Amino acid sequence: MNSLSKTSKQLIQLHVNGETHDAVVRSADTLLIALREQLGLTGAKRGCENGDCGACSVLINGKPSHSCLSLAVEVIDQPITTIEGLMDSPVSKAFVDNWAIQCGYCTPGFIVNCHSLITTHPDANDELIEEWLQSNICRCTGYEEIREAVHTLLASGQTENE
Amino acid sequence: MIAFDFKYIKPTTAKEASKLFLNAKQKGNKAMFYSGGTEIITLARVNQLQTDMVIDIKGIPECNVLEIRGNELVIGSTVSLNDIAKSKLFPLLGDTVQRIADHTSRNKITIGGNLNSELIYKEGILPLLVADAKVKLAKGLEQRIVSLESIFKKQLELETGEFLVQIIVDKSYLDHPHMAKKRTKISKVGYPVVSVAALVKECQIQIAFSGVCQYPFRSFKLESVLNDTKVPVMERIGTAMQHLPEDVVDDIQGTKAYRTFVLRNVLKDILEELELTK
Amino acid sequence: MTNKVFTTVGKPEQRIDAVEKSTGKVRYVGDYSVPGLMHAKLVTSTQAHAKITSIDTTEAWKVPGVRAIVTGEVFPYHIGPILADRPPLAFEKVRYYGEPVAIIVADHEYQAKLATTKVKVEYDPLPIVNSVQQAFQADAPLVHENAGSYTKIISNVYPKTGTNIGSHIKIRKGNFEDEWENCEETITANYSFNLSDHVALETRSTRVEINPRGKVIVHSCSQSPFTIKKVLNQFFNVEVGNVLVHIPMIGGAFGGKGTVQLEPLAYLASKSVGGKLVKLEMDREEDMITSPCRVGLDATVQLGATKEGKLVAGKYTYLLDSGAYTDQAAGITRAAAIDCTGPYDIPNVWCDSYCVYTNHPFATSFRGYGHPELTFAVERTMDQLAKQLQIDPIQLRIINGIKPGHTTPTQTVLTANNIGDIEKCINRAKELIQWDEGQKMVSGKNKVRSKGISMFWKTSTTATNAEAGAILTFEADGSVNLNCAAIELGQGTKTILGQILAEKLGMGMDKIHVTMETNTQYDPHQWRTVASSSTFLAGRAVIAAADHAITQLKKTAATVLKCSPDDLDIGGGKVYLKPDPAFGVDIKEIALGYTYPSGHSIDGQVVGIGKHIQRHLTPMDEETGFGKPGPWWSVGVQAVEVEMDTRDFTYTILKGVTVLDGGTIINPKTAQQQMRGGMYMGLSYATSEKFIFDEHGVVQNTGLRNYPMLRYGEQPAQYLVDFIESPAADGPFGARGIGEYGVIGAPACLANSLSYALDVALNQLPLTPESIWEASRGSEE
Repeated sequence: MNSLSKTSKQLIQLHVNGETHDAVVRSADTLLIALREQLGLTGAKRGCENGDCGACSVLINGKPSHSCLSLAVEVIDQPITTIEGLMDSPVSKAFVDNWAIQCGYCTPGFIVNCHSLITTHPDANDELIEEWLQSNICRCTGYEEIREAVHTLLASGQTENE
Repeated sequence: MIAFDFKYIKPTTAKEASKLFLNAKQKGNKAMFYSGGTEIITLARVNQLQTDMVIDIKGIPECNVLEIRGNELVIGSTVSLNDIAKSKLFPLLGDTVQRIADHTSRNKITIGGNLNSELIYKEGILPLLVADAKVKLAKGLEQRIVSLESIFKKQLELETGEFLVQIIVDKSYLDHPHMAKKRTKISKVGYPVVSVAALVKECQIQIAFSGVCQYPFRSFKLESVLNDTKVPVMERIGTAMQHLPEDVVDDIQGTKAYRTFVLRNVLKDILEELELTK
Repeated sequence: MTNKVFTTVGKPEQRIDAVEKSTGKVRYVGDYSVPGLMHAKLVTSTQAHAKITSIDTTEAWKVPGVRAIVTGEVFPYHIGPILADRPPLAFEKVRYYGEPVAIIVADHEYQAKLATTKVKVEYDPLPIVNSVQQAFQADAPLVHENAGSYTKIISNVYPKTGTNIGSHIKIRKGNFEDEWENCEETITANYSFNLSDHVALETRSTRVEINPRGKVIVHSCSQSPFTIKKVLNQFFNVEVGNVLVHIPMIGGAFGGKGTVQLEPLAYLASKSVGGKLVKLEMDREEDMITSPCRVGLDATVQLGATKEGKLVAGKYTYLLDSGAYTDQAAGITRAAAIDCTGPYDIPNVWCDSYCVYTNHPFATSFRGYGHPELTFAVERTMDQLAKQLQIDPIQLRIINGIKPGHTTPTQTVLTANNIGDIEKCINRAKELIQWDEGQKMVSGKNKVRSKGISMFWKTSTTATNAEAGAILTFEADGSVNLNCAAIELGQGTKTILGQILAEKLGMGMDKIHVTMETNTQYDPHQWRTVASSSTFLAGRAVIAAADHAITQLKKTAATVLKCSPDDLDIGGGKVYLKPDPAFGVDIKEIALGYTYPSGHSIDGQVVGIGKHIQRHLTPMDEETGFGKPGPWWSVGVQAVEVEMDTRDFTYTILKGVTVLDGGTIINPKTAQQQMRGGMYMGLSYATSEKFIFDEHGVVQNTGLRNYPMLRYGEQPAQYLVDFIESPAADGPFGARGIGEYGVIGAPACLANSLSYALDVALNQLPLTPESIWEASRGSEE
């Protein structure tokens, strides 16, 4: 059982990008807040804090998750991957090569989600891609270049970290 | 950001969870059972919910079960919607929960959380209602198994300190001909204007609705009207509309008139398709 | 100029910000944190129109960490970009739901937020103005009792005391009244839609500190750094030179970050805690409701034509719902009048464009600045007129398309240089949408496919003295830093300016270092990054700066090479002799001045400076609108093909086409990004976006959960973009602006295609299945 008192902040450990980090959090702090304010990992963005936009997406246990919809204290025993942990993902390069980036604010969330998609489903069809990527809002591109990036990746078979 | 503070506890047994809840209550504190937590977090952020303590029940092994046991499918209350869909154990339930919120959220939203939602939709309950599901509830040392229908009166009516541990579905229901249909205002990601789950058991359509009234429902009266195959489909639908348990919802997702229009179309599609399977 | 083969201009050079953005390492303004940073949160109005009778902060002060609470009486004055009618913090009364009433400053954000819930504000409700039609009625409640007494910040704004009119712009060209009577064919139609929101993914955010020397240091995600300086000077008496504004890269803006709202609030917050660094970041709900949104519109369009379809007279009544304050809606009212006809040659034009106060959240600029709105009304009318005349909608548009030699509604004479070729655009769009295969066909049970088209135009309504500057500093390796205050919002402006410079200097893009952030202390003044003006204004400034640098390089090289500067040319990192390019000096040898073997040195660092200011623009005449409002008009055509389920009125967008004449296209890929993204935004707006108000003027959909936008997969399955490049003689390498244009025609062509599919006039937005069902029911009855 892990118990944290109501008002005081607590020292917890978060397992992020293969490293264990100390963080001092309130029980009410979401993972998003802890990553940004305690670990300085600001790639996950505060787009809505309501699970609607996907800008804060990270991987928890390899699965895409809105980091605004988990408490930091809730995920202390689970591996977390943020955009900062995906520096060599072929997804990033595909987004650059396919012009899928404009303002860049939604980009980390999209890349994290796409990374999980193509590693979990290297044979994803359009229906599955749509199901997954509808979790993220991009207000600049109109999604076409993002679609092209994902299709290019899947077609190239380059779906694992090299 | 959630402005107020609360205590977070993650017990490992149902007994402990229940005790924590009752102890808090005794001290005049408000506690909440916390499963996926998505709704608690979002409502707390906008100050529409207050609590002194959340009791995360994801550490309780019984709540994490998803398997066939003998003649029954057992679904733990903290199983995520995506895990249910991915398991393909109960295709109608999978089809229905796969249209709740968005894919990423469904990694966090649990079936127990959806059934206990404060919103009017609770779409996850529709397949369970039509499959005559049972639920296992825990309170202190006590556990009871009851039919879902018996405790679902517009919402789950649980005793203080009691919580949903598992959902149990008779295996025979899992592969009946079935259909789930959801219509939203426009985008696929969105609350339902109308959401319906139906299956065919012994040549009879069993059907439940969300988005139509202020709570999800299954109505035997309505089913008997819809199953009266002597009457033409559109006439049956017309009669069925008069047997809705209450007025059709009229809100920003859709007016009453529009929801009624959509419901008629959805019912027509479901009847036409499922009657072919009889 | 156009015959020259460009080396960089016209090439799809990769965006210079893409790699960094793909790693999540870009720090947007809200990503910065430092110990001691204080947090401000707003108490906002729960009423749309009410007197504030009391504000009780007793309980809020008890929250640990609270250091200051600021209320409206601290600054009981009005500010605004065009008409100063808005108190930064409401005092005496509130005029919209979500209006800032108080600021809490605390050590931590959660403390400030908790304290906001404990401030008790008592209101005495006032009657609500809940629509522009209601606002216009003679006995309507007044949102502002003395609108006419507010200070005008720029000309061309005409508020009227005793009404809800914040401004009224008139166009009187030719003789509408007489000609209307003589028209063989006439049509009158009405259109409307509610306010909506930008929803840039990055919510508005700022931080401000006041240092002991009185310098006000602002970090913000603003499109208008120099306007922040102006506002803090004009209304808060801080010397312009004492305001230092820093703008990092911005997470989308779409016009919504062009006006100044948060910075004065954060300034007041910082002042309340002795100048400490205070951050104010909007939650999504606040960003949508408390911060300014997009205008609503009620439009009536009357067109009169000959039997053959030649337009003779047009009358346009635009009632813009500006919400509680005029902000940029006053400018949009003017812009809508300037281009009221759409890209058509109409000799007799009458337009009344009103900026109307309501008790809705206030509106500001939105990509297109009134043009997607007016284009919807105009282009729907054109389709309905075509139907009435039994003329093909494209043919009707070609007959009336505006051309050089014609005049605009403000009577600006068009030339081959200041307007693109609309006929070429529509012919190309016609091919791409395969118009000749038929506008409508049955595609399955209850399914029809249909096509719709719209033309559009827009000028860049900048200030008449809008300007930009650029400074180039050369590095020891011969590469060049480009400093310019154009803001990178995602539109790619920094890449474009880099390409313009690379072209001028004959260098590769790898030798150009564009400063991504803007710092008003180092960067030359630029008007603002709005109105699709940066490529034109800043591009011209970069060219001037490059010419300045080239002069210096040639002078030094001429000394070194013992020849005349006129003998020299520049390229490939060298200054070389024109007749013998092998003979020259590397730029790196002279970038920091030239040093002879003896040690003697000459000339020093090459520093290029350049600037460009609009010329010959004028304000509009109050009675007729006569004037020259913008330097050029980009024109274009958009089309969609949809598949509609005629039973349940759901539909999918199969194909989207955009053809634009924006002059020379500097980078075809970033231009394509702008067109596709713009069209997506227009389609999303047209399909699903609007604020929903209850009878008390309270917004019912304040977050993204209930504000549907098109998501992945809901964009057109095919997204075709093409450009016609009629060069603008005075644009950089012949370029005009393009940033806003992709959005403009999208709502109109979607509505045209859906209307055609069902043979029902769809004249309201958004076009949800429910609203289409409603309209079809209405037409049956």
